[in-house]
Parts: sequence; structure tokens; C-alpha cells
Amino acid sequence: MSIMVEPDGSGRFGQFGGRFVPETLVPACQELEVGFREAWDDPAFRGELDHLLRTYAGRPSILTECNNLGRQLGIRLLLKREDLNHTGSHKINNVLGQALLAKRMGKKRIVAETGAGQHGVASATAAALLGLECKVYMGAVDMERQALNVFRMRLLGAQVEPAMSGSRTLKDAVNEAMRDWVATVESTHYCLGSVMGPHPYPWMVRQFHRVIGDEAREQCREATGADPDVVVACVGGGSNAIGIFSGFIDTKARLIGVEPAGGAAVGRGVPGVVHGMKSFLMQDEHGQVQEAHSISAGLDYPGVGPEHSYLAEMGRAEYPSVTDEEVIGGFSLLAKTEGIIPALECAHALAWIAREAPNMAGQTVLMNLSGRGDKDVAQMMDILK
Amino acid sequence: MTGLEAHLRTRRSEGKKLLIPYVTGGLTNWKEGIRAAVAAGADAIEVGIPFSDPVMDGPVIQDASQRALEAGATPPGILAEIPTIDVQVPIVVMLYYNTVFRTGHERFASLCRNNGVSGAIVPDLPLEESGPWCEVADAAGIETVMLAAPTAPDARLPRIAARARGFVYAVGLLGITGERDALANTATAIAGRVKAVTDKPVLVGVGVSNADQAREACRVADGVIQGASVVRRLMESGPDAVGEYIAEVRAAIDEN
Ligand SMILES: Cc1ncc(COP(=O)(O)O)c(C=O)c1O
Repeated sequence: MSIMVEPDGSGRFGQFGGRFVPETLVPACQELEVGFREAWDDPAFRGELDHLLRTYAGRPSILTECNNLGRQLGIRLLLKREDLNHTGSHKINNVLGQALLAKRMGKKRIVAETGAGQHGVASATAAALLGLECKVYMGAVDMERQALNVFRMRLLGAQVEPAMSGSRTLKDAVNEAMRDWVATVESTHYCLGSVMGPHPYPWMVRQFHRVIGDEAREQCREATGADPDVVVACVGGGSNAIGIFSGFIDTKARLIGVEPAGGAAVGRGVPGVVHGMKSFLMQDEHGQVQEAHSISAGLDYPGVGPEHSYLAEMGRAEYPSVTDEEVIGGFSLLAKTEGIIPALECAHALAWIAREAPNMAGQTVLMNLSGRGDKDVAQMMDILK
Repeated sequence: MTGLEAHLRTRRSEGKKLLIPYVTGGLTNWKEGIRAAVAAGADAIEVGIPFSDPVMDGPVIQDASQRALEAGATPPGILAEIPTIDVQVPIVVMLYYNTVFRTGHERFASLCRNNGVSGAIVPDLPLEESGPWCEVADAAGIETVMLAAPTAPDARLPRIAARARGFVYAVGLLGITGERDALANTATAIAGRVKAVTDKPVLVGVGVSNADQAREACRVADGVIQGASVVRRLMESGPDAVGEYIAEVRAAIDEN
């Protein structure tokens, strides 16, 4: 069976995915699918994107071997340094692609949702660079815990709008962004920040992030002469995880997507339909979506991208979860042993590695360090004092 | 009760414009609100089944949904109460697809049938995804209303109309539910485009906010759906205000 190829005509990965949107948005999704397909096959578009990734975002991102922490844990630990990208996370890969595409399709404005603010900052950045108007929806709770990123977005010229409904976190920001898009679809592109939403988003966003995995595979072979035994990433919607998994899907590597215990869509969810897609979803017996609760705003989401549900169902990837307490441990561990402050999101991946290291003795573990922790320092100051 | 489409066609052939108020199920006094609306001349009733993430709804219906959920409303609970409303017009449920999917297509269709529900409106289930539910609904005699949006290209409209049962829901504007100062130009435009391809009843909903706007929409459409304007009155002033309002809209559209 071939996996991580294009989804079928209805946007399905197995039983998951699809395009469950109001009629109003169907033509826009269809146009986006056609527009993306044409752009992705067009060497001029790919050249322009590649140029921006190299000269603006700072790609390729480097691979760092963690000798101190590796020795302590009894494994060989490699980090893919997406934290060193411009704007501080992997999110810029997808956003530059979508913003270029939006311009190519004649859109003047983008809307985005954001959790931790990293996707919002990346969107505001790309909009500033490419001359697009930008509005970012962010849960009111997240605006408080990620205040620094709110200021960064405004500094970059974006309008930041609080989502006041429901849990006032990422799920509600997606709702607001979709409501905006329903009203503005003729002039606006919805710059979705993860491998979720209606077709073609899960596929398109994966293609924009596969550069992470493609680079890492080469770098890993160069550094170790082989493919890694284990590839680990944190999972909110799942974009940084899909990005790195796509480089190793056809190897023997175990693929591990780490979810927060309070937002474990794969671990605790059942199939459901929300935000345009069918996927694992935390919900009650009547289909009401449950609120996620995580220390990390970027992973505070009750759903997950449909391709992850597919990989989980077929057993190709595993989706364990870690607690907030373990995450705090992972955050400090990398800072103290390697001099790298990780984003709270990827501290989930570190927490899992630290916990499972005894079962991986001597193995090579590649982790996607999806973002830097500067945005989380104020929040951690409160937690650690 | 005759079917939804048959009922609406009969009313239309009597020279009447069609009026369908929307009420969020589980809201305080929702059943009284429905009775008042029917007494004031509603041709059918749309009962909203509250959902945690109503992406097609604006602030008023979001607020109503949240209040209903906080009061303990559940889909089977609301459906079970529908027979106790005891009104002589068809009842259609409006709900998001996850409610149907989680319950199971067959189980949901029989819950509707056993409680006297005539039809269903599922705003996040577009034509391409509608097959599995519609097959089950057809077999159970639940009429699934399809939505036609202003963004739909001409070629899409006949396919939507062919799939629609009950009536075709012409979406009045680009946007979510909620009251607006004026009727959008798109309202009569989409109603006209849909009417040109079907003889099924065509009703405009979303953004038809008062009696004047309803009258204007009915110059082209067969009728209107009144959502936020009804729900707001029910929450602010109670069932009597809903009855008065529906009587006013009834009078306005009957002038056409
Ligand atoms: C650094 C970082 N990693 C991961 C995520 C989670 O997103 P995804 O699962 O799509 O990679 C976020 C989201 O805000 C983030 O900022």
C-alpha cells in the first residue's frame, strides 16, 4: 500500500479527511485544490518558494546532535532545528507557501487562526513581506498566556481578534476564522495553520512541510550513516509531525507523534467531523466537541489532522501522550543539558523521549524541535517560581 | 402529518408565501415559542439542535446554543420532546453533521421518524459529502433540505436542487446567521437562480432580519426562514414576543 501520497478525489486518507464545509465554501476549496495543484507542478512557483525559504526563512535548518542529553539518556539524540527558522518555528514553511499561493490566486487578504501565536506570527510576517492584509483569530485565553506573540503580530501590521466563545482557545479561533472566511471568501484566503481542515488543506500543508523530513533524511544519513530508529514530534493539528514523518515513511523508523494528555485526539478520541474534516476527535456521546486542556496553547486542540488518524489506524505511527508535569520536566531538561530552550509544544516530544529512553537504549532518536521557547518564558516563569 | 415538501407545495398552490421560524431546541420556553409561532401563522418549524461548534452561526444563535447546552440539552432529549409540542405543521431539525455522524445515520434517522420529525437541514454537509446520510434519510422518509449558496456556479444549482427534499434553502448572503440592517442583494439573486432550475419550494434564510426584508425576499422566493430575529426575541422577551413578530412577518409577506 502506498501511503503519504495524494489523498483520493474526495480528499480521503482511508476513511478520514473529506470536505465537510458549508456550501458557501465549496467553490473556494475546489479552486484552492486546483490552484495548489497547478502551483506545485509549476517550476516557477516552486523556485520562488524555494528562494524565499532559503533567503528569508533560513532553510535548510540544521541538525544538532545532543551529546550531553544523549549520554544521560543512553541514546543517540538528534534535533531537527526548526526553532532556528525565521519567526521561530516550523510554521513559516507552510505560511510562505500559502501566502505565495494566495497572491497567485488574486487574493488580497488572509485570515488565520492561531494557538500559541506561532502560526499567527508567521502569517503576519508573510503578509507584511508580500503585501497582503492579515487578520488573526486567537482564543482570549491564549492571548493572555502568549501575550508576547500578540504584540509581535500587531507590530507586523496584523489585526488580532480575540475568540471569546467556548474554551477560548485554538478550537474557537478556528471557528472564528471559518466564520470570517464564509463572509469574505471572494477576496480572502484562509491560511490554515496545520494539516487539518477541509480538503485540500491537510494534503497541501503536508506538502509545504515535507521539506523538514526531506532535509532531515539527508542530514541524518550524513551524520550517522543510516536512518534513525525512532522519529519523534509533538502533535497539535500535526503539521510539524507530518513534515518530519514524510521523510521517513518508507524507512523502518518508528514514527511517534506525542499528544498532550489533555488533548489526546488519537489517544482518547473517536471518529468525528468538525472543522471540515473527519478525524479522531475528543467528544461526548452526543458528538459535542470536548475542550482540550494543555499547558501548551499550540497543542490545546481536541482534534487532529486526518492523515494522522489514518497513520494511527493502520498502525504506521504511534500516538502516546505526556502530562503537563512531564512537559515542564522536558522543557528544563533541554535547556540545562544542551543550552536550548524549546517551545512548550516540542517539550512534549522531549518528555516522551526522556520517559521512554530506557526502552530505546543505544538507538538513534531524531526529534523535530518545532519551535523555540522564547514565547513561553513568561508563562514558565510563573510555573517554575 | 403529510411530508414537508407536500405541505409546502400545497400552501404555495393556495397562493401563500412560506414562513419557517427557527427556534433553538432546549432554550428556556422553546416549545412555547414554537406554539406561539405556529399560532401566528408559521408554515413549518425549524428546531435547532445545539452544537458545541456552530460555524455557520453568528452571536445570537451561538449564545442560544450555549445556553441550551448549559441547561443540559442533548440531541435525543430534544427529539424526544418534539411530539409533546403538539402543533399541526411539519418540524424540521437543523443540526451540524457531527451530531448525525456520532449518533449513527440509521439511528439518527429513526430517532427523527419516531418523534415525528419531517426533515433535516445539515449546513456543514455539502453536496459531495451528503450521499451516505441522504440515502438513509430517504429510506426513512426524512426529507433532507439542501443549501444553495451565492458562491455556487450555475452548473451546481440543478444538482443541489435534484438532491434536495422538502425545499431548497437559498443562503441569503455570504456569511453566518444574524440580523443585518438591509437585505443583501445576494438574497433575491440566489433565490431567482435556484427558482430558475427547480419547481421545488425555494426559501431564503440567513440574514432575513425583519418583516420588510422578508417581504422583499418573497418578491422572488417562495418564502423565508427567520432565525436570529426569532431566537433573539425568545431570549430577550419570551414566547409572546415571538408570536407577535411572526404575525407581523406573516402579514408583510401576505401583502405580496
Ligand atoms: C512550536 C510549535 N510546535 C508545534 C505546534 C503544533 O502544531 P502542529 O501540530 O501543526 O505542528 C505549534 C503550534 O502552535 C508550535 O508553535
